Amino acid sequence: MADYAVQARKSAGGGLTRFLYNTFIRNLSAKIAATPMMATVLVVFVGCTLWTVWYSFTNSRLLPTGEFVGFDQYRRLFATSRWNTSVNNLVIYGSFSLVFTLVFGFILAVLMDQKIRFESAFRTIMLYPFALSFIVTGLVWQWIMNPTLGLQGTMRNMGWANFTFDWLNNPRMVLYALLIAGLWQGVGFVMVLMLAGLRSVDDEIWKAARVDGIPTWRTYVSIVLPMMRGVFVTAVVLVGSGIVRLYDLVVAMTDGGPGISSEVPAKYVYNYMFGAGNIAQGLAASTMMLITVLIIIVPWAYLEFGGKGRRS
Amino acid sequence: MQHSVSIRDLSLNFGHVKVLEHLNLDIAEGEFIVLLGPSGCGKSTLLNCIAGLLDVSDGQIFINGKNVTWEEPKDRGIGMVFQSYALYPQMTVERNLSFGLRVARLPKDEVERRVKRAAEILQIEPLLKRKPVELSGGQRQRVAIGRALVRDVDVFLFDEPLSNLDAKLRSDLRVEIKRLHQRLKNTMIYVTHDQIEALTLADRIAIMKNGVIQQLADPHTIYNKPVNLYVAGFIGSPTMNFLEGEVVGGAEPVFKANDGTVIPVKTYEFSQAPNGSAVKGVLGVRPEHIAIGEAAKTMPFATEVEIEIVEPMGSDTLAYTKVAGQAIAFRADSDVHLASGQTVLIGFDPARGSIFDAASSNRI
Amino acid sequence: MTTTATVSSSAQTEATDVKSRVDPRGPRPKPFFTPRKIIIYSILFFACLYFLFPLYVMIVTSFKTMPEIRWGNIFAPPIEWTGEAWTKAWTSACTGLTCQGLSPGFWNSVKITVPSTIVSIFIAAINGYALINWRFKGSEIFFSILIFGSFIPYQVMLYPLVMLTREMGIFGSLWAVILIHTIFGMPILTLLFRNYFAALPVELFKAARVDGAGFWRIFFEIMLPMSLPIFVVALILQITGIWNDFLFGVVFAGTQNYPMTVQLNNIVNSAQGSPEYNVNMAATILTGLVPLIVYFVSGRLFVRGIAAGAVKG
Repeated sequence: MADYAVQARKSAGGGLTRFLYNTFIRNLSAKIAATPMMATVLVVFVGCTLWTVWYSFTNSRLLPTGEFVGFDQYRRLFATSRWNTSVNNLVIYGSFSLVFTLVFGFILAVLMDQKIRFESAFRTIMLYPFALSFIVTGLVWQWIMNPTLGLQGTMRNMGWANFTFDWLNNPRMVLYALLIAGLWQGVGFVMVLMLAGLRSVDDEIWKAARVDGIPTWRTYVSIVLPMMRGVFVTAVVLVGSGIVRLYDLVVAMTDGGPGISSEVPAKYVYNYMFGAGNIAQGLAASTMMLITVLIIIVPWAYLEFGGKGRRS
Repeated sequence: MQHSVSIRDLSLNFGHVKVLEHLNLDIAEGEFIVLLGPSGCGKSTLLNCIAGLLDVSDGQIFINGKNVTWEEPKDRGIGMVFQSYALYPQMTVERNLSFGLRVARLPKDEVERRVKRAAEILQIEPLLKRKPVELSGGQRQRVAIGRALVRDVDVFLFDEPLSNLDAKLRSDLRVEIKRLHQRLKNTMIYVTHDQIEALTLADRIAIMKNGVIQQLADPHTIYNKPVNLYVAGFIGSPTMNFLEGEVVGGAEPVFKANDGTVIPVKTYEFSQAPNGSAVKGVLGVRPEHIAIGEAAKTMPFATEVEIEIVEPMGSDTLAYTKVAGQAIAFRADSDVHLASGQTVLIGFDPARGSIFDAASSNRI
Repeated sequence: MTTTATVSSSAQTEATDVKSRVDPRGPRPKPFFTPRKIIIYSILFFACLYFLFPLYVMIVTSFKTMPEIRWGNIFAPPIEWTGEAWTKAWTSACTGLTCQGLSPGFWNSVKITVPSTIVSIFIAAINGYALINWRFKGSEIFFSILIFGSFIPYQVMLYPLVMLTREMGIFGSLWAVILIHTIFGMPILTLLFRNYFAALPVELFKAARVDGAGFWRIFFEIMLPMSLPIFVVALILQITGIWNDFLFGVVFAGTQNYPMTVQLNNIVNSAQGSPEYNVNMAATILTGLVPLIVYFVSGRLFVRGIAAGAVKG
């Protein structure tokens, strides 16, 4: 390597030579070492994404060989009731999940911030579901919500004959069953994030508020909450992109049922790509997922990084 | 007489660690008291106790004659200024000033009047619509002072308010705070580790170490008559010169340095006259109280020394040498030409110095 | 100044009552049971019930016999504790085609998790090191796309990756899963290592360069020995993440290599005949055991891992 470098430097008079030297020889080891990263970025994150978008405009069925058909796949997509249900479900589940995760996460974090005893025990209990697989989460709650032998059956056996908790079999309630399981897994994580945010607030702010005679709840609402903007944005982005990917939990807990009442886009994509032999339809659906994520991410990235870039 | 702030037998322990020990402090109305000491000496802790932000372990605190030991900070009649300014970041300066008053449901015109007055006193009227991020450090600290001002209280507490500022701004704001005190005539308790701030601002300075007040006195006394070696060494830059030896009392008391050099200390005012027997002692002389050349000849003690190192400081010059075999620094006017290796006559009057008992380290 | 009601108002009125009788001295009187504390602890207590309930149900059910389960009381602890369900879950439960229990899935998961974790962490450590200490033209752009890419839903890249691995001849083998985990673990791990190396004093690197050390020597002899803490964090992140994966396992591993999560789902959801809930729950606990052990052993480091990944986004 050293030889190349010397040679290149000797002949580095011309602009082209210098360009070639800088591009290929300079820090050669670093470039070789970073090859897996560059390959991942170029081939997977850029290449595969563009490929998917491109072939979503074809009529490929079993193999990606079809002809260009414009927006046909998208027209079909939005004419399919299963897709529309999936999107609807995701919107409902997503909005509730996002709001409740953030609200409960914040409230729990505030409670944990009150100099309580056994803080680490509480945190361990709230966070352990986050270490579990969505499959495990889904199956446990599926069992708890089993209409005959689960919570409903138990309560009825104990004397409440009218106790009803049949959400897994109820097309109108099944999404909220998923929600209970999803919150169980994710709230602890957001709580930890928020608690870290609360702890990073300058101690003197709290002292100043106390001298000013501002009640604790008011300090949280008027002073601390606005200071946590960054943590909230991070939480929204993380929880949000997790919601769009929602797949394992549904597969384990309801498998989209009853009927198609708990179908979600990620499952639609999978089924069309690997089950129904209609690749282009799956690709079009996944492109829609990509667009959804972009709608969440781009404004955030612009605010977080674009803004910073301009200031510095 | 009623004191503005009275601290009675105050103690504070964190577990087994004694942070403050049986403190007593009476502060007169309108007085400017500075709590001075190195970090960890308990000065900020004491201030937080006065503010009610920390619970005391024992003892009482009175403000304007009222026992406030169990009162909430807001009910104590105090305002506080913090080192990190602690401004509410998403509120404008105006909101920052008025927030506490609004929460306390003061009438709107009263809130406006107080904010206007504070802004006028601190000259921050043009900044009222801005947010803290848009302000410089000095401006932020003014707003923080303003937040204490609008509370219309008798006692102001400052917790190292200038230590986050650069040197230039610090001295500007120091003057500003002094002017503020002269105008408002409030009682002010000010915590700092900067002795210049302490000496320039204080009516009285309380020097603290390990949770105990070492000396409480006006700056002049603190500087010229330190009660013990700790205070003597803490105040003054460069630090006071210390010569080790023994004090021999009698009609003509002398200080005998370790190498046998005899320094007559008849002019020194002993607080308790030493008896005939020799006592191990330390003689302290400030570098600026050492005379050079002709002036030294008139001093009760003078000696020829060879200069080792010279440090020109601009306004004056510091020189390092040895007297009685022990290192000594002295300060000379910058016009006096000094060079290392040069031999000069230096002398001093023990009346301006301090003599300490080596065993107890207290002034005698 | 008017006193407005505060959260601690009740504590205050109490203090005022006492004050009229005695001369306040020492610490504020603090009753142990204030309404505020009672509310805080009871909310936290009920939250914990919600979080612990499924764990309790899982354990209790897995030790019951099927007749006992059919009585229909998921709260009740087993009258007769039996480990039969556990044995069956591990050795002979049917996963649709075969009836060998979860044990093959467990070993598949081990075979997937161990190499994937090692490879992905190693590559990410090099990435982070190169990005911080050997910046080259465009390195930051690659990094930005990498981070951005971590938000793209996997489904978008899934099909092209299937084709790619098929072309490479590794589709349906362990190699494919390892490759996929390395790719999708790269953004978060690279970020982790990059931030960690950025916090190390740059003088260290400069001194080593002045001493004549090159890219690899500095990496192996100076950077690696100093990055043990972040390795542990990355290890926790990857072991739990890869073990819990379902999608990549089901797509890329091939039937004979299905990881534990996939086999668990098959046991529970594609079983024929009457479902055996005790076996299902035993299998579920078994699948969750590895990440749970990692979680309980690592404690604060787990929290640090997820926070480190999240804070910088």
